[in-house]
Amino acid sequence: MEPILQVQNLNYIYSAGTPFQHQALEDVSFCVHRGEFIGVLGHTGSGKSTLMQQLNGLLKPTSGTILLDGQDIWSDKNLTRQARFRVGLVFQYPEYQLFEETVYKDIAFGPKNMGLKEDDIDIRVREAAAIVGLTEQQLQVSPFDLSGGQKRRVAIAGVIAMQPEVLILDEPTAGLDPAGRAGILKNIEDYRRAHNATIMMVSHSMDDVARLTDRLLVLNGSHLAMDGTPAQIFARAEELVQMGLNIPQVTRVFLELQKLGLDVEPVYTLQQAVDALSALKGGAASC
Amino acid sequence: MLKDITLGQYFPGNSVIHRLDPRTKLIILVVYIVALFLAVNWVSYALMAAFLLTVIRISTIPAKSFLRGMKPLLLILIFTGVLNLFFTTDGEVLVDFWIITITTGGLQRAIFMVLRILLLICGTFLLTYTTSPISLTDGLESLMNPLKVIKVPVHELSMMMCIALRFIPTLIEETDKIMSAQKARGADFESGSLMDKARALIPILVPLFISAFRRADELATAMECRCYQGGTGRTKMKLLRYTLWDFYAFMTAGAVLAAVCVLRYFGL
Repeated sequence: MEPILQVQNLNYIYSAGTPFQHQALEDVSFCVHRGEFIGVLGHTGSGKSTLMQQLNGLLKPTSGTILLDGQDIWSDKNLTRQARFRVGLVFQYPEYQLFEETVYKDIAFGPKNMGLKEDDIDIRVREAAAIVGLTEQQLQVSPFDLSGGQKRRVAIAGVIAMQPEVLILDEPTAGLDPAGRAGILKNIEDYRRAHNATIMMVSHSMDDVARLTDRLLVLNGSHLAMDGTPAQIFARAEELVQMGLNIPQVTRVFLELQKLGLDVEPVYTLQQAVDALSALKGGAASC
Repeated sequence: MLKDITLGQYFPGNSVIHRLDPRTKLIILVVYIVALFLAVNWVSYALMAAFLLTVIRISTIPAKSFLRGMKPLLLILIFTGVLNLFFTTDGEVLVDFWIITITTGGLQRAIFMVLRILLLICGTFLLTYTTSPISLTDGLESLMNPLKVIKVPVHELSMMMCIALRFIPTLIEETDKIMSAQKARGADFESGSLMDKARALIPILVPLFISAFRRADELATAMECRCYQGGTGRTKMKLLRYTLWDFYAFMTAGAVLAAVCVLRYFGL
C-alpha cells in the first residue's frame, strides 16, 4: 500500500542569508503509512516542531519534497490548502488559540474554513465534541470560562472537526495533571479508531509513547537519528540517554535486573513486564 | 516575516561605545541631532557623516545591520528626495522637460534632506544597537529625574517603557505562533476583500489580547511577590557613573557641534 505521507531529503533553514541563519532540519526522509500511530521524540531544539509544521504545509521546505498521497503538497496552491485540512496539526498549548464567543463556534472555525454546509458543520462539531468528551451544555459556554484541561480539549476538537486523515499533535499533554493527560490520550485513541486515522504525536513521556505507538521517530541535532518500533528503539537505551532523552521506567528497571544477572529481555510497557516476570516465576516453579 | 522588525534591537558587544554611560549617549544623540539641523553646507555634512562613520567603526556594529534597518524607510527617503527635487525652484535650471523642472538648488536640497534623514536614523539606530533597553531606560529615568519636582511620575514612566520594550519580541513571537495555529485550521489571511482581511484578523487579535493581559497579570503578581512598590525608596544594583571615556565623548560631540555652528555662521 502506498504511504500516506512521504518525506524526502527534507532540509529547512531558518532566516537563510542572515547572521541568525540556523539549520533546523537536515536531510530528513521517512514514510508514514495509513493507520500508524507514530511517536516523535527528541530533546528541545532538535527540530521536532519544525518538522511537524512542514507536514501540513505551514512552513515551506528549503529543499526536499513532502508527498501527500503521492502528490507534492507544494506543486499547486490548491494542494497546499488541501494539505492543511487533510493533515491536522494541534500546536503546543493549543488552548491559547481559542477566540470565539462559544465553544461551538470555535470548534466550527476549521470546518467553516473548509467551505462545508451548515448541516455538515453541525454534525462534525457535535461528533468532535463527543470524541473529546464535551457535554451539550459546554458547547454553548464561552471557551474562556472552562478549565485549562477542558480548553485544551476544545482546541483539539477544533482540529478533529476537520476530520484530518493524519492528526499531528505537538506535546498534547504538556502541563496537564495525570487525569487530564490520560483523558487527552484516550480522546486521541478514540479519534484514531473512529476514523481509522494516522496519528503522529510529539511527546516527552516515554511511558505514554511506549504504551500507545507502534513506531517511533527520534530526532537529534536536526537529523533523523532513529526510526523503528518501540522495541527496536528502546533496545538502544544508551544512545537515547546520550541524546538527552529518557527511556520508559520499566525498561530502566529491567535493564538493571539484567545487570544483576536476571535472565530477562528488556521490556518497555507495564503489561510486558508483568508477562515477563510471571513467565520467570512460572519457570522457577517448574524446576 | 514579523521577525524582521529591528525596533529596539540590541547588539551585545564590548566596545567603548557599548560601555559609555547611557546618559552620555542620550545627551550626545540630542547634541548630534541639533548639529544635524544646523548643518547647511557640504563641509558640515561631510563632518557629520565622518563623525557618525567613526563612531559606527568604533562600535564594531556591522554596517549591514544599518542597511537592513533602513529598508522599511526607503519609501520615505525616496519621497523626500523627489519632493525636494521637483518643488524647489531656486538656482540654475538643469532640466526643463514637460512639467518637470530640476534646478541646482533643488538638487542640492534633495541631497541634503536625504542625507540629513539618513544620518538622523543611523544615529538613533546606533543608540539602540549599542545600549540595552534596560540601561537605556535607566539613563532616561536618571535624566528625567529633575522633572519629579513638578510631579511627573518619572520612575513609573521609565518602568512602563522598560516593560514595553521587553515584551515586543515576546508578542511578535506569540503573534507568529497564533497565526500558524489558525492557518492550520484553514484561516486565510491573504486573499479576499479588505473587509474579509480585516475580519480574518479577529482570530489573531482575540487570543493575542488575552495572552497580553494574562502576561501582564502574571508579571504584576511576580513583581508584587518581590515587593515592588514603585520608585520610592528603591535602590539600584548598578549605579550609573560617568567615567573618563564619557568626558572624552562629551568633548568630541561638543567640538563637532561647535564646528558646525562656526561653519553655519561664518560660512566657510
